[in-house]
This record gives sequence, structure tokens and C-alpha cells, in this order.
Amino acid sequence: MNEVLELVFSTSFAFSVLRLTTPILLAALASVISERAGIGNITMEGTMLISAFMGVVVSAYTGSAWLGFLGGVVIGGLTGWLLSYIIFKLQVNDILAGIAINLIGSGGTVFLLFALTGVRGISTSLSSKVMPSIDIPFIRDIPILGEILSGHNIITYLSFVTVIVIWFLLFKTALGLRIRSVGENPDAAKSVGVNVYKTKSIALTIAGVLSGMGGVYMSMGYVSWFAKDLTAGRGWIGIAAAAMSGMHPVGAMVASVFFGIADAAANTLQTINLPSQLVLMIPYVVTLIAMCVYAYFRLQRKKKLARKKA
Amino acid sequence: MSEILRVEHLMKVYGNGVMANKDINFTAEKGEIHAICGENGAGKSTLMKMLYGIEQPSEGDIYVKGEKVHLTSSAKAIEHSIGMVHQHFMLVPSLTVAENVVLGVEPKRGIKFDAKEAVRLTEEIAQKYNLSVPAKEKVENISVGLKQRVEIIKALLKGAEILILDEPTTVLTPQETEELFVELKHLRDEGHTILFISHKLYEVKKLCDRVTVMRGGRMIATKNVSEVSEADISRMMVGRDVVEVIEKDRAVPGDTVLKLSGVTCVNSSGRKLLDNVSLNVRKGVILGLAGVEGNGQHELLEAIAGIEKLTAGTIQFHGRDITNDSIRARREAGVSHIPEDRMAEGTAKKFSITNNILAGRQRNPRYTGKVLFKMKEIRAEADTLVREYQVKCSGREQEIGMLSGGNIQKVVVAREFSAGPEVILVDQPTRGIDIGAATFIRNRLVQLRDEGKAILVNSADLNEVLGLSDSLAVFHNGRITGYFEDTSALTEEELGLYMLGIKKQTAEEIEEKFHG
Repeated sequence: MNEVLELVFSTSFAFSVLRLTTPILLAALASVISERAGIGNITMEGTMLISAFMGVVVSAYTGSAWLGFLGGVVIGGLTGWLLSYIIFKLQVNDILAGIAINLIGSGGTVFLLFALTGVRGISTSLSSKVMPSIDIPFIRDIPILGEILSGHNIITYLSFVTVIVIWFLLFKTALGLRIRSVGENPDAAKSVGVNVYKTKSIALTIAGVLSGMGGVYMSMGYVSWFAKDLTAGRGWIGIAAAAMSGMHPVGAMVASVFFGIADAAANTLQTINLPSQLVLMIPYVVTLIAMCVYAYFRLQRKKKLARKKA
Repeated sequence: MSEILRVEHLMKVYGNGVMANKDINFTAEKGEIHAICGENGAGKSTLMKMLYGIEQPSEGDIYVKGEKVHLTSSAKAIEHSIGMVHQHFMLVPSLTVAENVVLGVEPKRGIKFDAKEAVRLTEEIAQKYNLSVPAKEKVENISVGLKQRVEIIKALLKGAEILILDEPTTVLTPQETEELFVELKHLRDEGHTILFISHKLYEVKKLCDRVTVMRGGRMIATKNVSEVSEADISRMMVGRDVVEVIEKDRAVPGDTVLKLSGVTCVNSSGRKLLDNVSLNVRKGVILGLAGVEGNGQHELLEAIAGIEKLTAGTIQFHGRDITNDSIRARREAGVSHIPEDRMAEGTAKKFSITNNILAGRQRNPRYTGKVLFKMKEIRAEADTLVREYQVKCSGREQEIGMLSGGNIQKVVVAREFSAGPEVILVDQPTRGIDIGAATFIRNRLVQLRDEGKAILVNSADLNEVLGLSDSLAVFHNGRITGYFEDTSALTEEELGLYMLGIKKQTAEEIEEKFHG
């Protein structure tokens, strides 16, 4: 037990929490903006895989990590736009379209990886680049805090900045006002001349960019290669985090950190003598339990409100 | 006064072939409140939708300030200074009043949405037109009357000079209505034109300068309100165009089959859809339910069918209380129901004619063995009904959605009439179908009456109700305002007065007719 506590209350554990929060947070923000626009977007997992793969390939062929990042993010945005086209122009149910994109993300990347390298499992034969890690001056010199906060991958910092950006976008700009209005009452938005399709399409494209960042982080930061189903469900956990956030970026951040802790615990506890199957289950079991607890409390609050009204 | 809006030969035919507007011509002047009156289904909504760019006319032209316009979207209508306050508010609940007001024309400072400017704009208009609203409050927290005011401000901010209000008072309390009228008169005095859609005639009398009456998709007349009485308007609204005679002998009333006492239904928001309705329905009689749509006729049929749950009162069938019986139990006891909407409730679109006829009979041992359907029996029945009801189709296995409206309705009617009913509830029997099918169904109803069935008919087509019915109950606001044992002596004018709640029989008078 002492061993466990020592592991959990170490600076390296806190450091890895932030490291593991990053992809979940980006997926959660993607889900928040989609839901605010009134779309059930479940493509984060697939989009992350597509972008993770794209980042590796582009950086390997250009030799530039930043071009790889750009490639991953752009393909993410395109995937988001494609989703909106499928849903609104081709009139396909959003969940079905989402499943299709997720399957493409999972299977298509492996197919292309094999086509490019002749290897099915992993992209180590491609000499892809990694996004830089950053030591923050001053902060890195603070004891404990410095060890936790400094030295992360640049995308980790970007992801937390994105929380503020998305909050600003949703609540402080005209576009955000329109996104929220088409999500809540599309007829109202339409009746005052807002282009509902365009607005939703923009929201989904932004969601795609965010997922794309999460994907690039996985293959060019968290690890330095692409492998089949590299994201390991983090896109889905991001959706769960968003659901618990009240569809607010700051709430999404809190929920994501919570899931980041679960993920970090799974990683850390592998080093001690516990069956690894059990340990690796932690993030998923925690997600399940958290969703149940959250659903229960939301139901209670709804009942209370209904009683108040009656 | 000068003309601001002119409509010439406007016609609208919907994709399904329904002609909602025929040759509409009218003008609105600058600075007038112009009422558009008509029953539901008269074509008011279609006209307004065309004026606000939601629907496009099939033929005809719209002129704003003398200039011909093509209103292909609401945005276009707004551009030509036309604003609309919808019956169901077009507001985003979680946004503030000011945010709702500026949505679509948001003020910006740099990349930021300028919330302060939004509040200022809202308050400026509020002050100018004396429409005070709490600009920073969320819309979900304000009253219905205020929401409507927000809608008006919204339209004014976008430069509306012509303001369309679609039955604005239905959701308001009497006090809120008073306030609205003061505000609207103020707007008129400022030079705005208001199109006030309503079928509440006393409101039209009180508020409006001119009135245009529509009926059956046509424009009947435009009059100065000061020169006509409520009764005049009502006559124009409900008057019959062509009387189609439905041939039938005098009814031979039998025993009472169905007895409703004090039937009351309340919807989820607390409004009384049916308010203490008592009726006796006898064998061999067609009882018509008349009224402006939405006054309880439809709900009464659903209550008897078991779809609408009662909050008070009882329903007796052959002296047995069936108030709490399930829909299935009622159907098995002999209640048939032709629902209002044949596509949503009457049929399963993707199913074959055979399966649609089978629906509801799947437990009947005649068609079902221990495990499997008796397909031979089922097919034979379907063939018989298709022949008997002259359903035009390629065969009983054709998908029902492929048929025309009239033939779909014939399948519904065939299923319900052939189930051996004692009471037949008929809701909009011939809405939107061709004359041939309509005549067929009406004659069938008379035939069933002669066989001793008890029939209740609700129809938006007043001709139909009057032509079919032996007795008539008139509804207003969920109550029966008049009951007529014999409809032959009833004039249209009188009926109109009862339908609009201007004239009422007392509960005692109605009661007496049941027992007298």
C-alpha cells in the first residue's frame, strides 16, 4: 500500500496526469463544441487516429515535425467538415455517419500503413518526428511545481490554451452565439437569417481540428510512432468527459483531468505487483462508474426541478 | 395613406397537390392594422409563410413599396422590411433577451461579440416603441407576454416596417392581450403596418382598421372594420361555397350506446382541452362535432378512443364504464377510430396494404393460429376489402405509401369499418383527398348509420359536417356551446355564432335535449 501511495504522490505521477489528460481534453472540447451546435458527434476516436497517422507520415516525408502537425490538424478539420457534409447534405443519421468515420479511422489507417511500409502493426520504419517539449523559464525552477508543470510537449500546453480559446469562441463571439443558437433552436436561428448548415459545418470543422490535435499528440508527443488503434479509446473517454462537463469547456477540462488521473494510475500501477489486466482496466471502469454517478445526479436534479415547477 | 404591400394573383400548390391558396389579391396600407381572418385551413398560414419567405408561391407576385420582390428566404423577407412573430416563439431559451434580439445581426467589437452594444440596441428600441423588456435576463426566465415583446423587438431591430403576427393572443392572458394591443396601436401610429392573423373576432373589432377574410384558400373580401359587425365577419368566414348534397334518409335513432358525463382533459401545461363535456350518442345517428379547429372536437374523439386520458368524468359504453379501459379493450368491444392523420396514425407507410389491414387484428383467432398467421385468411380479407372499397392499387401487396391520399384513406376506412364496430369515431374523414374518394367515404358512413351504427364525425370542412350530421354538437374552448338534435333548421350564421363562442346554450338547455 505504501508503495502505491508513494507512486501516486510523486511529482512524476502528477506530470503524467497532465500528459495523459491532453488527448482526452482535446477530444472532450471537440465534443463540447459539437454538442453546443446540436450534433451528436462521435467521431473523435476515428478522427484522432486519422490525424495521428497523417502526422507521422507527413513528418516522416518532409522531415518537419511542424508540417506533420499541420497535416494532422488539417486532415482532422477536413474529417469534421466531411462529417457535416454527410449529415446535412446527404442526410445521413449522425451516429451512423460517426460509426463510418470511426471505422475508417481504425481500419483505413492500418491499411495505408501497410501500403506504405509493408508492416501492419507499427510505423517504426518511418522516421517520423516528434513535437518539441518545452521548459518554461522561471516555472521550471520552482520546486515540485516546476517538475510537474514544465517540460511538457508543446501540444499539452496548447490543449490547455485551447480551453480558453473555445470558451471565448462559444461565449464571447458572434459565431459562438450562432453556434449555440443553431444547437438549441435551429428554427429560431433560421428565421432571423442565420445559415444553419454553415454554422453547424463550422462547428464540426473546429471539432475536427481539435480531435486532430489530440491525434497528432498521440503519435508525435505521447509516443513517437503510429500503431493500430493507438488512441486506445481516449476519443470515447473524451466524449464521456464532455457529457459530464455540462458542455462547458472549463467543465470539460476538470472532467478530463479526472480521467487523466485514472489513466496515469493505470500506467503507474503497472510497475508494481498487480495483474496488469486489472490495472489496464482502470480508465475504462472509472469512465463507466463516473458516467453512472453523473447520470444519477443529473436525474435527481431533474426530478427536483420538476417538483419545483409542479 | 399609401400602399406598402400588394399581393397579386398569389397561388400556392404544395408538393402533395394540395392547393392552399388560390388567386389571392390584397393590399396593406402604411400605418394600418390589417386583420386576416379565416378558419383553420383557410390558407392564412400559407399566405403568411409566403410573405415571410418560408414558402414560395407557385404563381403570382408580391410587391413591397411598389417594387416586385422575390422572397426566397426569411433573410430576403427581412431585407425587404418584413418581420414576423410566429405563433410558436422563435427564441433560444438559454440566451439573454438582448442576445436573442441581435441574433443574425450581431454587433461586434474586433473579433468579440459586443454584448454591451446588444443590450444598448435592445433598450433603445424598447424605449422608442414603449416595449420594456429585461435585456440581460435569460429568455427561459421571462413570461410569455415578455417573450412576445422580445419577438416584436427582434423584428423591429431588423428594420421591419411590415409586421406579421400569427395568432398572437392565443398564448396570452387577457391582461397581456390588453398590453399587446396598446403596443401595437403605438406601432401603427409610428407608421408601421401590422398584419394581425386571428379568428377571435372581438379582438379584430377592437384592434384592427381593416379586415380581410379568407375561406377555403380564397380571399373572400376586404372591409373596413368600422363598417362590419362580428356577425358579418363570421358569416364570411364560415359561409358555404357550394353545397354538396349528401343523399340520405331521415335518421332512425336507436338506443344510447355511448354516454359521456363531465369529460375533462387537461394537457401537460394545464390547459383544459375538454371542459366538462356531456353527450349521449345513439345508434343510427351521425353526430357531427363542429367548431373552429382546436376547440376540443379532435380531443373528444381521442378521449373516446382511449388515446387522450381523462382528468375527470366518465365514458360509458352500453352502460359499462370504459373510462379506464385500454385502447385495445375498447377496440375489441366495438369502437372503431379513423384517426386525424392517416400517415402518422392511420397506417404504416412502408407496409403493404395487407399488413395495414391486419394491423390491430393480429390477435384475432380468425387470422392467427397458435404460432403463425393464417396467411390465406388474411390475404382473402385484404382482397375482399380492396375490391369492396375500390382501392386503386397494383394489388394487395403494394406498399401503402405508394398510393394516393384518397386510396390510403380508403384502406384505413376499410379496416375500421369492417372490424364490426358499434361506434365509429371519424376524425377528418376526407381531408385532402379527391372528390371521388370523399364521396365514396361519405356514402359509406350514411350506409353504416342506416345499419344502426353510432357515428361521430369531426371535420374541418364545415360543409361535410353539416351535410353528414343528423345531430350536431358545437364546440368552443373545449366546451359544448350548442347542441342541435336536428340540424335541418340550423342556419350557417347561427352556427358561426356558436362556433366562435358569441352565442351559447346553457348546460341545462343542452341537458334537456338529451332527456327530452
